[in-house]
This record gives sequence, structure tokens and C-alpha cells, in this order.
Amino acid sequence: MDLLIFQVPILMVQASLDGILLGILFALIAYGMALQWGVMNIINIAQGELVILGGYIAYFMYVAGIHPAFGVIVSPIIMYFVGWALYKTIIFRVVDRDMFISILATFGISILTQQLMNFIFGSDVVVAQSNFGTTFLFNYMVTLPNAKIFAAGVSIIFAIFLVIYMRKSKLGRAIRATAQNARAAKILGVDTEKVYAATFGINAALCGVAGSLIAITFTLHPYVGLPYTVRSFMIVIIAGLGNLPGVALSGMGLGVFEQFADYILGTEFRIGSVFLLLVLILVYRRFKLSRKREYLK
Amino acid sequence: MIKNKLFIYLLILAFGLAAPYLFPAYKLQISILWIFIILSLTWDVQGGQMGYNTFGNILFFGLGMYLCSSIQIGLFFPLAEWTASGGEKTFVHTPIQYFQGFFIGLILAGIIPALVAAFIGYGILGLRGHYFAICTLGLGIAAGEIAGGIELIGAGQGMTSPPWPKGIGDTELRSEFFYYICFALMVCTFLFLRWAYQTRFGLVLNAIRDNEDKAEAMGIYTMRYKITGWVVSAFFVGIAGGLMGNMIGYIEPVETAFAGRTFGVFMVIMAILGGKGTLWGPVIGATAFHVFKEGFWTFFLGWQYVALGALIVVVVVFFPEGIMGWLREKYPERFGEVIDEADRKAQVELE
Repeated sequence: MDLLIFQVPILMVQASLDGILLGILFALIAYGMALQWGVMNIINIAQGELVILGGYIAYFMYVAGIHPAFGVIVSPIIMYFVGWALYKTIIFRVVDRDMFISILATFGISILTQQLMNFIFGSDVVVAQSNFGTTFLFNYMVTLPNAKIFAAGVSIIFAIFLVIYMRKSKLGRAIRATAQNARAAKILGVDTEKVYAATFGINAALCGVAGSLIAITFTLHPYVGLPYTVRSFMIVIIAGLGNLPGVALSGMGLGVFEQFADYILGTEFRIGSVFLLLVLILVYRRFKLSRKREYLK
Repeated sequence: MIKNKLFIYLLILAFGLAAPYLFPAYKLQISILWIFIILSLTWDVQGGQMGYNTFGNILFFGLGMYLCSSIQIGLFFPLAEWTASGGEKTFVHTPIQYFQGFFIGLILAGIIPALVAAFIGYGILGLRGHYFAICTLGLGIAAGEIAGGIELIGAGQGMTSPPWPKGIGDTELRSEFFYYICFALMVCTFLFLRWAYQTRFGLVLNAIRDNEDKAEAMGIYTMRYKITGWVVSAFFVGIAGGLMGNMIGYIEPVETAFAGRTFGVFMVIMAILGGKGTLWGPVIGATAFHVFKEGFWTFFLGWQYVALGALIVVVVVFFPEGIMGWLREKYPERFGEVIDEADRKAQVELE
């Protein structure tokens, strides 16, 4: 156990800033998950794999000699079609069925994608160098890689863009209508099939953005997708569906929690603590709800 | 009909007892088949009979595996030195020590996971539907990650379980010994669940699956039954884990013990493939899956997880009723169901 963080309090500032920047990225992935959960009523376990896949697109641009930051533009476009294809092959069969079927089916997709990525991209840990430099704060006590600031900025821009798109555009209106009542939307002339496909595509595109940002700020590996799924699931259940400021805030909170867990418990328990936090939150939520039920009785 | 059933049981029993002599090369594979049957049978207590789709039973499997080996070692030697020495066996069990440790370890590997299930059950079984599924998924993975960080049990490197003691026979005897224990445990699990499903307990589990709120309104303390069900699963899965750890001889946190990506998924897919919510479904499913796995894994060498992922998607999307469900659809008479011919005709015409 490394309790350096209490001896050097400035590390807390470091951890908080790191956590907030990281959390904004998580919130972007969680936004995609909330979108498909709300609209299609499915939980996508392969969310993390979509993120990693998007990251590899940026990485291969870097290998080809293009600056990986452009992955932010290319990756969502490719990932939109990946998501659309995934919907057209598998997801549309599970949309109207029991939620567990969607969980298990996407779990299968997740295993499949992991292994395919392992074959195609290799099992090495890779990172796309962005050469953005570093910002120093507080007399060189706190270091912030500019890539992380860039990542958070891009995430915020994409989130704002998406919110406006959902409010103003025709497709956005159709998506919101389908989320409220798919049957009524169908009667009123919304092609829900198309809306679902577009929703899943938008979700995949968001994952692509997040993935390409992860490629330049963190590392990529075929098997690290599941923690991203769990994080986004956790953020969505804390914030609730359709609560955007909540998603952003709980994303940042999760990021900060993770950074502190990293310092206090040690890096080897980082992923474990994320999963444990998920269990604790769900159990806490269950007791809260059951107390509410008691009142009703 | 009853004669028929008895015949099937006797056939399986005869096969189970004779298999190590009939197929001596496949002893380990058939032992693993029995373990798979235990896993899918116990998964079905939650997933099929109770309608609580858990990904977390692997927690008890890994717990049993670690507990059994740790107790076997810890009773006689310092555990920390054992794991620190890695593969080099600096300590050797005498046969008596080995068997004493093995049986104490096995019993505790059943009891302690059952207690853990009882302890966490109240919190976790209160969750419904997909929240329960995701929560148990998190539980299994968290356990693997945490076990991978504990130095005493070998951290990420894993630990070896005690080797077969010298002086009482060769590896043939070892594999026969484990084979028969696996088989006996499978028979125990099957008979216990067969009995349990016939009692009030089984009816309550089905009532919970069909409509939990209604069951509660009828005056059943559903939580008690849910916890009991989980405790039963955890007990058998824990022992199976302890056995598996000894059989393969090496315990690794994420690949063998808390193997959410292999055994954790296998048990779900086996039960669904066979037909969840039936007694025989998991048995048939586990057998079919194991044959598929062993037969085709070699062709897909390196691609096994791709094949597994594809299999999951195909089974879940196109075949969610499983083999038993399909048989039931095809031959309802065999399942003691009376069919109204006129109704059936009307249904066909409707289609």
C-alpha cells in the first residue's frame, strides 16, 4: 500500500485533475450507452470493444504517418458504419426481446471482437504518440499532458454537438420520439428500424471518438474493453437515463475515484476497485429502492 | 415410461463407472465434462428455474479453487513460502497429509463459498433483471482482479496446487481418483437438484421466475428461497472448483479460477444450449457443448474464442429455447403434455 498521496498533498490536485479529464472521456462513452439503452432498451456489453476498435483506427493512422488527432474525425465515420452493420446483422434480432438476451448476445460479440482484434492487431500494448507536450501547473508540481486536455476538449465539443443535433435535427426528433414510445412513433410515421440503426451507429461513432482519444492519451490492448463497458454502465445507473449533466458529473466523479484508488490501493487493484464499486453502487441502490417500497406499503 | 427412465439412469451410471477403462486416453476430458455438468446444473438453479441470470457463479468456483489448495498447503506448510517458491516443490506432502488436506479442503471449499453466498445474497439477490446480471458480472471480475493482487496466493502469477504424493501409484491412479470424485459429485448434484425441484423449494423457484411480486403477495418470503438457491449453487460450484484446481494442478486468477471469459460463459451457454429451466437440459447442453468444444477446438486452433463468441450469439439469438425446448415443441406427448388437436390446427392456420 502506497500512501504517498497523504504525505504529498499536491498529488491530490494531480489526481483530481487527471480524474476529471479522464471522467469526461468516460462520460462520452456513457452518453452513447445511455442513448442506446434509452432508445432501444438494450445493454451493450460490447461497448468497450467498440471503443478499443475505434482506438485502433487512430493508432493505424498514426502508424501510417498521419497525426493521430485526426482519428477524432475519421474514426467516428468508420465506426458509424461498423455499428450500423452490427445492428443490421445481429442487434436488430434482440431489440424487442428480453434484456438478458441482449446482454448475452453482446457479450458474445464482445468475446468475438476481442479475439479478432487480437489476431488482426496483435496482443501488444500500443499507444499513438501525439507529441502535444505537457502543461505544468503550480510551479512544476502538477503535470498535465496536453493530449489529455485535448481529449477532454474534443469530448465536450462532441457532446455539445450531439445534444444540439438531438434537439434540432429531424433524426434527433425521431430518436427522441422512439425513446418515448416506439409504437406511437411507428404509427405516426417514424421508421423505427432506421432510427434504431442510426442510434446504434451514433453510439458506435461516439465510441470511435472516445477510442481515438484513448489511443493518444492512454494505451490500447485488445482485452481492456470490458472495464469501459462497466464504467459507462455505472455512470448511466448513477445518473439515470436522459440526465446529461448527471452523466457528465458522475463520469468525472468516477474518474477522480479511480485516480485516488490508483494512488491509495495501488495500480494492481485499479480495475478491481472499479468493478467492486459497481457492485457496491448496485447494492446501495437496491437498499434505497427497497426502503422506498417500504414507505409505499 | 418409468422403466425407460430407470434404464437411462443405469446406462449413464454404467458409462460413468466404466469410462476410465473404456476410454483411458480421455479420462481428464470426461472428468471435465462432469465438472461442466455440475456448473451448468447449478447455473440453472438461478438462470433457468429462478429466472435470475447470473454471471457471478464463477466467483464461487474460483473461491473454492483457491480455498481448497490454500487449505491443503496451509495445514502443513507455510503458504507464503509455497507460493513464493513458484513451481519448485520445496515441500512434499506425505500421502496421509495429502488426503487429509484434500478432504478438509474440499469440504471447506464447499462450505465457505456457501457462507459467502448467504452473506452477499441479501444485498445482491434484491436486484432484478439486468441489474442483477451486470452486478454479478462485476462481482466475478472484481474477484479475479483482487485475487490477482494478493501476494499470499501468488498474485497475478498464480499458485500450484499440491502435487500427487509419491509412493502410492502413478499418474494413472491420480487421474482415476479425480475422475471418480468428479463423477460422484456430479451424481450427488444431479440427484440433490432432482429431489429439490420436486419439493416446495422447486415450486417456489419457478414461482419467482414467473412473477416474483405475485409470489411475494401470496405470502412467500421469496428472499429466503433465493438465498437458499444461491447457497446450494455456491456449495456445489465451490467443491467443483476445488476439484478442478487439484486436477489441473495450477491456479491462475483470471484464466482458471475466476475465469469469466471461459468457465463463467461456458456455464451460461451450456445451460441455454440444453434448455434452461429443465433438469436434463443442462446435462445435455454441457455434453453437447463439451463435444463441440473438444471436437472443433482443434480445427479452430487459435480461433476458439471467435468460435465461442459466434456460438454464443447464434445460440442466444436463434436458439434461446435450447435442445430441450426444441424437443418439447416437437414431441409434446413425451413431456406429458396433452395437446388439443383442434387448437393446434387453428394455430397452424393462423400462421
